[in-house]
Amino acid sequence: METAISAEGLRKRYGDHQALDGIDLSVPTGSVLGVLGPNGAGKTTTVRILTTLLEPDEGRAVVAGYDLAAQPRQVRANIGLTGQYAAVDERLTGRENLQLIGVLLHLGRRGARARATELLERFDLVDAADRQAKTYSGGMRRRLDLAASLVARPPVLFLDEPTTGLDLTSRLTLWEMIREQVRGGVTVLLTTQYLEEADQLADRIAVIDRGLVIADGTPDELKRKVGGERLQVSVAEDTDLAVVTRCLAGVVPGEPAVDLQNRTVSVPLTDGMGTISAAAAGLEGLGVEPEDFAVHRSSLDDVFLALTGQQGRTPAARQARRPGQPDPAGPAEDQAAPHTIKEKQAV
Amino acid sequence: MTEALSDSFALVGRQMRHIRRMPEQLLGITVMPVALVVVFGYLFGSAMQVPGEGGYKEYIMAGIFAQVMLANITTTAVGVVGDLNNGLVDRFRALPISRSSVLVGRTVADAVLVAWTCAVMAGVGYLIGWRAHNGVLRTLAGFGLLLLMGFAMSWLGALIGLTLRNAEAVSALAGVVMMPLAFLSNAFVPLDGLPGWLRTIAEWNPVSAVVSASRDLFGNERGTSGGAFPAEHPIPTALVVLVVLIAVTVPLAGRAYQKAAAQR
Repeated sequence: METAISAEGLRKRYGDHQALDGIDLSVPTGSVLGVLGPNGAGKTTTVRILTTLLEPDEGRAVVAGYDLAAQPRQVRANIGLTGQYAAVDERLTGRENLQLIGVLLHLGRRGARARATELLERFDLVDAADRQAKTYSGGMRRRLDLAASLVARPPVLFLDEPTTGLDLTSRLTLWEMIREQVRGGVTVLLTTQYLEEADQLADRIAVIDRGLVIADGTPDELKRKVGGERLQVSVAEDTDLAVVTRCLAGVVPGEPAVDLQNRTVSVPLTDGMGTISAAAAGLEGLGVEPEDFAVHRSSLDDVFLALTGQQGRTPAARQARRPGQPDPAGPAEDQAAPHTIKEKQAV
Repeated sequence: MTEALSDSFALVGRQMRHIRRMPEQLLGITVMPVALVVVFGYLFGSAMQVPGEGGYKEYIMAGIFAQVMLANITTTAVGVVGDLNNGLVDRFRALPISRSSVLVGRTVADAVLVAWTCAVMAGVGYLIGWRAHNGVLRTLAGFGLLLLMGFAMSWLGALIGLTLRNAEAVSALAGVVMMPLAFLSNAFVPLDGLPGWLRTIAEWNPVSAVVSASRDLFGNERGTSGGAFPAEHPIPTALVVLVVLIAVTVPLAGRAYQKAAAQR
């Protein structure tokens, strides 16, 4: 089994809202796919379909070697799911929660008890094992939730926003626990809104927006896509903004990106120092004193904003970005259009 | 099938643990019914005149039992909504277990709890003078019928919970459904004094049939003679209504469960 999860053309419609508009995904066995997207992009719907909780209107998927529609029970026997909200029984203790799952999985009373003890140790919950889960902190709950999804030792694990709402320490702990699973050969599909999380954990990232995969690749590939380094110039006065924009437009090919709210203009650093000195000279000649003049390395944040904030908003662009077709809005076009964030344009 | 049974059994065990963890709920299912028996038996009983020798204390017991069974609608609905909205239903549905076991576990557990309530009430009823006059078998049949009603109400509650998926909505709707079912019946008052049209409604109310049927089985006075078909033949009416209700709600609730998604 080379591919642990493969989905083709998943579509799901709720009333007149097209939640999924043809999602294609493929996750090689033993790797981590990060599914990245804003709220409402279709991340959870995708996970619910792939874990047999929801039937797609169209499309097919094979998970852990079993067809989702034809063999849902076998799929369920081979997956673990950690949903967006820690799904633990608050009134049971941590140990009882894990034992209940073990008994439901027919590990037998003794088997369930042994597995619970093992998981409590691995997830650092031994001290709290016999306290009701309602007394747990957010991080402990998530750990218990993750442990509960691993009782059956599933080869494929779905994590739907596993660290949303957690503090940094808990998040780091959970990341390490997820990595441990990956080291053990588990295939992981992880949805997240946190770019850092995807960057840290995922081998490949699929960016989805409005029910479509609008980009995918390794974190590095995606960062390269929006174009490495950028020169950012911030000014104090709105009136200067236009001047700076015009000046920078003369320095590099293509149109500068304007962020009205922060009064910042940025351009790709196409010519390294050359661009910087040309921009500096140009600004000095105009007599503009920038508040900030800095080189900014592109992060996944830029990828995310570039892809979801600005691209794919017009029907034509969406059409052009149907999966399976080459991505016409490649780096060149990404650069050409202003990188202004949609919400900020409204200001 | 055996798997489904053992899964359900594990889930019943889960709810029994809940009860141990929540003394207030144990208190609720024990003290409340005692209070009901005392309030109805003594307070109202002192003012109510019903036909027959047993008086209001004998008359009212079947009515309070039925009222408690009716309350199972809310118990189960609220429990199901809780499981749905904290993600447990998703967890269970993503396990390779029989999908019926979660709802069966829930309704059976709720039936066990209401049976306990019944036992406590019967004990208190006995203390204040309620007697069953028809021997052990018929008395047990009377309780069996009441528990069947409790089980049917649980499935109705499960269906309501899975459909509304919201605790406030469930409480509101359950109140609206239960009030007329309980009070537009012969549970608390004989129907003789009601205006004709209201009496007809109350006689056709299935709760009346269950209450009359258990009065017959316990050997307590029905308090009313004659009337519409259900009033004349309460036992078959009650059985048919409850069996049909279960036959309808079980598959509907099962289907709602398959598609259930939390509302957030």
